[in-house]
Amino acid sequence: MEHTISVNLKIWRQRGPKEKGQFVNYHLDNVSTGSSFLEMLDMLNQQLVERNEEPVVFDSDCREGICGMCSLYINGHPHGPVQGITTCQLHMRKFNDGDTITIEPWRSAAFPVIRDLMVNRNAFDQIQQAGGYVSFNCGGAPDANDTPISKEVADVAMDSATCIGCGACVAACKNGSAMLFVSAKVSQFALLPQGQVERKRRARAMVAKMDELGFGNCTNTGACAAECPKNIPLSNIARLNREFINAKCAE
Amino acid sequence: MIDMKKLEGMIDSSPIMKDFADIETGNMPEYTIDSKIPEGPVAEKWTNYKAHQKLVNPANKRNLDIIVVGTGLAGASAASTLGEMGFNVYNFCIQDSPRRAHSIAAQGGINAAKNYQNDGDSVYRLFYDTVKGGDFRSREANVYRLAEVSNNIIDQCVAQGVPFAREYGGLLANRSFGGAQVSRTFYAKGQTGQQLLLGAYASLNRQINKGQVRSFNRREMLDVVIIDGRARGIIVRNLVTGEIERYAAHAVVLATGGYGRAFFLSTNAMGCNGSAAVQAFKKGAYLANLAFTQIHPTCIPVHGEDQSKLTLMSESLRNDGRIWVPKKKEDAEAIRAGKLKPTDIPDEDRDFYLERRYPAFGNLCPRDIASRAAKERCDAGYGVGTGNAVYLDFKYAIERLGEDVVRDRYGNLFDMYQMISDDNPYHTPMMIFPASHYTMGGIWVDYELQTSVKGLFAIGECNFSDHGANRLGASALMQGLADGYFVLPYTMQNYLSDQIKVPHFTTDHPEFDKAEKAVRERIEKLMNIKGTKSPDEIHKRLGHVMWNLVGMGRTLQSLVKATEEIEEVRKEFYTDLRVVGSADDLNTELEKALRLEDFLVIAKMMAIDALNRNESCGAHFREEYQTADGEAARNDKDYMYVSCWKYTGDTEKPILIKEPLKYEAIQVQTRNYKS
Repeated sequence: MEHTISVNLKIWRQRGPKEKGQFVNYHLDNVSTGSSFLEMLDMLNQQLVERNEEPVVFDSDCREGICGMCSLYINGHPHGPVQGITTCQLHMRKFNDGDTITIEPWRSAAFPVIRDLMVNRNAFDQIQQAGGYVSFNCGGAPDANDTPISKEVADVAMDSATCIGCGACVAACKNGSAMLFVSAKVSQFALLPQGQVERKRRARAMVAKMDELGFGNCTNTGACAAECPKNIPLSNIARLNREFINAKCAE
Repeated sequence: MIDMKKLEGMIDSSPIMKDFADIETGNMPEYTIDSKIPEGPVAEKWTNYKAHQKLVNPANKRNLDIIVVGTGLAGASAASTLGEMGFNVYNFCIQDSPRRAHSIAAQGGINAAKNYQNDGDSVYRLFYDTVKGGDFRSREANVYRLAEVSNNIIDQCVAQGVPFAREYGGLLANRSFGGAQVSRTFYAKGQTGQQLLLGAYASLNRQINKGQVRSFNRREMLDVVIIDGRARGIIVRNLVTGEIERYAAHAVVLATGGYGRAFFLSTNAMGCNGSAAVQAFKKGAYLANLAFTQIHPTCIPVHGEDQSKLTLMSESLRNDGRIWVPKKKEDAEAIRAGKLKPTDIPDEDRDFYLERRYPAFGNLCPRDIASRAAKERCDAGYGVGTGNAVYLDFKYAIERLGEDVVRDRYGNLFDMYQMISDDNPYHTPMMIFPASHYTMGGIWVDYELQTSVKGLFAIGECNFSDHGANRLGASALMQGLADGYFVLPYTMQNYLSDQIKVPHFTTDHPEFDKAEKAVRERIEKLMNIKGTKSPDEIHKRLGHVMWNLVGMGRTLQSLVKATEEIEEVRKEFYTDLRVVGSADDLNTELEKALRLEDFLVIAKMMAIDALNRNESCGAHFREEYQTADGEAARNDKDYMYVSCWKYTGDTEKPILIKEPLKYEAIQVQTRNYKS
């Protein structure tokens, strides 16, 4: 059964990308263990507003683990201590009465802090814009069943396509590498027949953009896959390396 | 029984009802409405339209600018396709990336009349099911076009590399959904909306890379700018800096989603809002059928007052799950008291009420019917959990198919349920309850998806067009993409064909000054109330009013009471709102306050629209109008029309304009899911 707990919060607060930030401590009583983590932060913000203070800024939208908008580094883990979920899916029943919870933004050079726990992830959009698509104009598509695709291939492509673009992989990586994110998109199209024509060009363009935007290099630590809320497997990175080498050799 | 004496007293004391009474007595001026439906048989209308519409040649497209607000399925598909055609597109979203729009959360699937399963599907049958599912309150010509282009959507998405589910032979898989007797739903696990949106987002990215589409994130539209009777631009607030910005174009497209968060608790995302619709309304666009709001039957029940949103469990679960409550009231009471577990109740003591009441469709009856039936059982005292929940049981599916098959079909949904509720649905039935999910009503548009303001278009959920009084499952994705990929790109050309000589607009026109000034004054007004209540507190209060009085079951009394209570919430908003922080800075409280101010307008219009419609149809259930066995009693004689509302001023009465609905290809009948 659900009950209520008290928690101590240590939250990173920072006015802007260039300003100095610091941890601020808050105490919160009567948190229902049935509440989600973000509902707990909503409660805190309600109390801050009642005290005429500015609320803690954080991103969230769908609150069901699919839009990728929420982030937060909770007790040293992107999206908190439970594997395979986003912050919005984390529930307070995972914490104990009296716990101190440390909450930080994603920390990566490529994701500057906008305010408090909100960061700028435009770099991810820019990587996708560089080549994360099939160049195909609306209108002239052949019948959807013209090209059979084996269930096994479609399922693996789907697993890669499941990436929600939240940035946890970058935040988890000691090098701030975006390889898991990039490899998921490259893999989806490398696996499917529709992606073949631009396969090499795509791998080159997306990797080049990733490097240009200041993401670090991959050293195969695997923290990204371990912390990924959608369990995107590390094998995607192996596939990206293969795709990239093939593309470079073909140049 | 309704106490008419008491009611008259209420009507007299309610300012809104006075306005409304005028409309009823016909004291309002008559307005005509032109839905521009092409001539000819319904199956040929769209073909004829495309054959005869005006086009814009490639060289002229380069000189024309289009603003698209929103990046969900409708917005992203429209922006990318218009970009592919050669128009200059300015695309806006409130999130940090176009990929976050709430279309992404759609789980179950997308309908198309491909008939790949050889089960008798056709364009006509999809059309028929959609009109019937909408309880004969949608426009025949629009729905036929929707069914017609549904097949193109699947082709388009596969060509983009959307990884739909497939059979072992390599062809596309389908599943069945509520309101249909064929399997026509295409899906990608329980993440169909995500995959379709990422497909549209990819196409959009290609156009952004080419410079054909310019993307503006974390921007919220706060007004439409009208110049000489045509929509020519928007005013937006930069959500990071707080700056007010101006953008001009030859046409403006709204793709801003539904207003379901008028109920505060809903399955919509935190940022979903009805503000663009309200701004369009205030600039002359009609709002239509606002009473038609869908309450989805399979959501996870509310846990407490701190709840911020509700989570939907895909309707696809109703394919294999059986819905029940205890047959005996004492069993239900014992379950609520924690003395009995659902697994303690033997089969013969379970009331599979949907199978009992609707034998032909059973657990797959349409959403409005399933939601009301759940409410009926809970109101009668048979609810479980907090009393506001029913069971969705997979015991029978596991017995029939084995746990592995069930896991393969629904594994991610079961995991999601367990994460939220802490119950294991493989061992104990899920608990579900209806929640606000989708809004069929919205901005009125004609056949070309143009609003009553020239050059202002509305696509996707934010328009009212295709679902009538109730939307069938897996049809929202279909409509969003139909509008964006296959309808608007045509009709937009027809509109712009005589605009080719109009030069690029600049934003120093006096109308932009005026609109920006109004936006600044509005913000300043809210900042200066300096009361004690946060926007969320007031929004929750509005949500309670809407859920209790304008929710699943409405009565004349509840609606009159709603108009009064909405007025009280409105007063509280304007006298006791507190917005901390400053206006010219990142300010999430101000964002919420601005959206809430618009929800108050929508809420009032929802209640008025529901009051006007003295019948039960689809999702709009007026308890006074039901048959002896509790089914909706439609009144085709008096209400077979689209109720369009025209704004006349903040404190003035809205004007009702009726667009009559004519059914030529389908025989109008009582909706029957029993036999």
